[in-house]
Amino acid sequence: MLVCCAFLLAGCGEDKANTIKIGFNLPLTGDIPEVGEGSKNAAEMYLKDINDAGGLEVGGQKYMLEFVYMDNESKAESATNVALKLIDQENVVAIIGPNSSKQAVPAGGTCNDNHVPMISPWSTNPNTTLDRPWVFRAAFLDPFQGPVVADFAAKKFDAKTSAVLFDVSNDYSKGLAEIFKSSWEAKNLGPVVAFESHGTKDQDFSAQLTTIIAANPDFIFVPDNYNQVALIIQQARDLGYTGPFMGSDAWGTPDLIKLCGDVCFGNYFSTHYAAAGAKGATKVFIDRYEAAYGATPADYAALTWDSIGIMLEAIKNAGKVVSDPVEMRSLIRDGLSAIKSFDGITGSSKFDAQGDPIKCAVVVKISDKGEFVFEESVCP
Amino acid sequence: MDFIIQNILNALQWGSFYALIALGYTLVYGVLRLINFAHGDIFMVGAYIAFFVAGFLLGPMVGLSPLVTFLLAVPLTMFLTACVGVTLERVAYRPLRRKGAHRLYVVITALMCGLILEYSNLAVLGASRLKFPELVEKTIWNLGGVTITNLKVIVIVAAVAVFIFLNFIVTKTKIGMAMRGISYDKFAIPLMGIPIDAIIVFTFVLGSAFAGLAGLLFAMSYPVLEPFMGMIIGWKAFIAAVVGGIGDIRGAFYGGFLLGFIEVGVVTVFPSTYRDLFAFTILLVILWMKPTGLFGMPQSTKI
Repeated sequence: MLVCCAFLLAGCGEDKANTIKIGFNLPLTGDIPEVGEGSKNAAEMYLKDINDAGGLEVGGQKYMLEFVYMDNESKAESATNVALKLIDQENVVAIIGPNSSKQAVPAGGTCNDNHVPMISPWSTNPNTTLDRPWVFRAAFLDPFQGPVVADFAAKKFDAKTSAVLFDVSNDYSKGLAEIFKSSWEAKNLGPVVAFESHGTKDQDFSAQLTTIIAANPDFIFVPDNYNQVALIIQQARDLGYTGPFMGSDAWGTPDLIKLCGDVCFGNYFSTHYAAAGAKGATKVFIDRYEAAYGATPADYAALTWDSIGIMLEAIKNAGKVVSDPVEMRSLIRDGLSAIKSFDGITGSSKFDAQGDPIKCAVVVKISDKGEFVFEESVCP
Repeated sequence: MDFIIQNILNALQWGSFYALIALGYTLVYGVLRLINFAHGDIFMVGAYIAFFVAGFLLGPMVGLSPLVTFLLAVPLTMFLTACVGVTLERVAYRPLRRKGAHRLYVVITALMCGLILEYSNLAVLGASRLKFPELVEKTIWNLGGVTITNLKVIVIVAAVAVFIFLNFIVTKTKIGMAMRGISYDKFAIPLMGIPIDAIIVFTFVLGSAFAGLAGLLFAMSYPVLEPFMGMIIGWKAFIAAVVGGIGDIRGAFYGGFLLGFIEVGVVTVFPSTYRDLFAFTILLVILWMKPTGLFGMPQSTKI
């Protein structure tokens, strides 16, 4: 019996030496299923590219890639479970995801404790990578995004007062709302006249919006997921608010337009890249994605693409592939920290000591046709 | 002052949905002494049925105008949702009742039915959210600082009308008398020549049809549909029905609006994190002082 087991294990070990197994921690169901879907699509495209070319070349030898996708149901607790499953059962050498900070902050802790390199494509909350040497990301940070939003709104809307409505049970939304508030006040732009919150499953925001509208702000900042934005903007218009809204990168989903319709048109949000009018490698990616899936890739798809690029570069930097996942993980981590800058399709970035990229943000306008049109680019 | 009136209107709309769903809980409980935990999910199914009915009527095959679609969608949605409710009764509850199973097992069955409805929806339609089409052209009236939409008026009027209608059925008609009779003693009632199964089916038809109506109106007011939309609102409506005195039509109606007012009121004064904590503390205090609910009487004829 033991001998049999030993044989089986040995067999597995030999197999594994030829493949590199990377796990994906994605929200395929739950509050933001489009995000998981888009990331998975981008990953499948990347996987096909590499494996059709015979695999990834590391230290002069080609290795096939294997991607394992797992659903974290857009929940914080499921994201840590998925991370543990990928580490203990699937024995992956690295993890990409989770996307949203709500899942990436807890899952980042799990990966760091278990010494598994992780890259979050889309998380912008500082806590995801803070003091976690094993956790990296591909997106800019909220302490950068918050001031971008504040500056843009002050200039564009000539705003003196602002109001904020955010999801109190979402790390991303709450963190960004607080950063925005402090940067708005630090710039002496004027007061934040209303700072209201709601829960994730809420559908009626009329009480909060009534308070906000009574305070008469020049614009309302809503750092929320697209499904909530669709309801919030419509209810605000029903309550007689006619002013502008400003959003954050969580708005950047084609589904926003599907759910929200023309009440969303004419508003602005900050994001990682603008699909309309892209050039170079970004345009190649967008065209290929559109041909394959019949939809424009949103920012999380592009960021997943870049995350995979960063991860593969780290594996190349590692110089060799070993069958022991624990040893391989630490080689990849060293490879990751060796990357000083990376030119991706969402712009080029330099990495700081925390594993956070320093890169530009763009502000996008939702046009009258429902397209996300480039408005301006802000670099740190 | 505008601010207060605006929030009263917000609370009336939100409370209307609780009241409409709570009425369904109360009807079934009143007749069968069964807490139909699947009711919140029947409400969700109603919203999805409304989505497909509206999509079909607006679509290229039929091509009706939005207003005609709305007028047709109301009876069609109510009818189809009633079919779902009756199916549930035939498949899940009646066999258990025939075998004389304890009420507890029927409640557990109801919970399972609710989960089956949620997850079969997730399996069939996927996790992606659906956008409900606009059926009533929205008009926003601004009355001296207070805004109200025609949709809000429709929702509030519908809740009041349904309450008056059900109250009339239960207290003034023969079938209502039979329902109250079953509630009083379901073993003696068949001896009077009353077809107990037919009355129970009728109860499910009423409860589910109005859950369907609530689903349609909810989808029009909050036009983003997802498979789990019925869960939390269903629980809360159940709590509203219990606080009102479950089994009593007036109790469900006032309980629903009470919960709507408390929730909106708490959010207006405190941060939204305190909403459910305060809302349910208040409800707990009401039950603590009056364990049978506002309109409840200990074990007697209700409904």
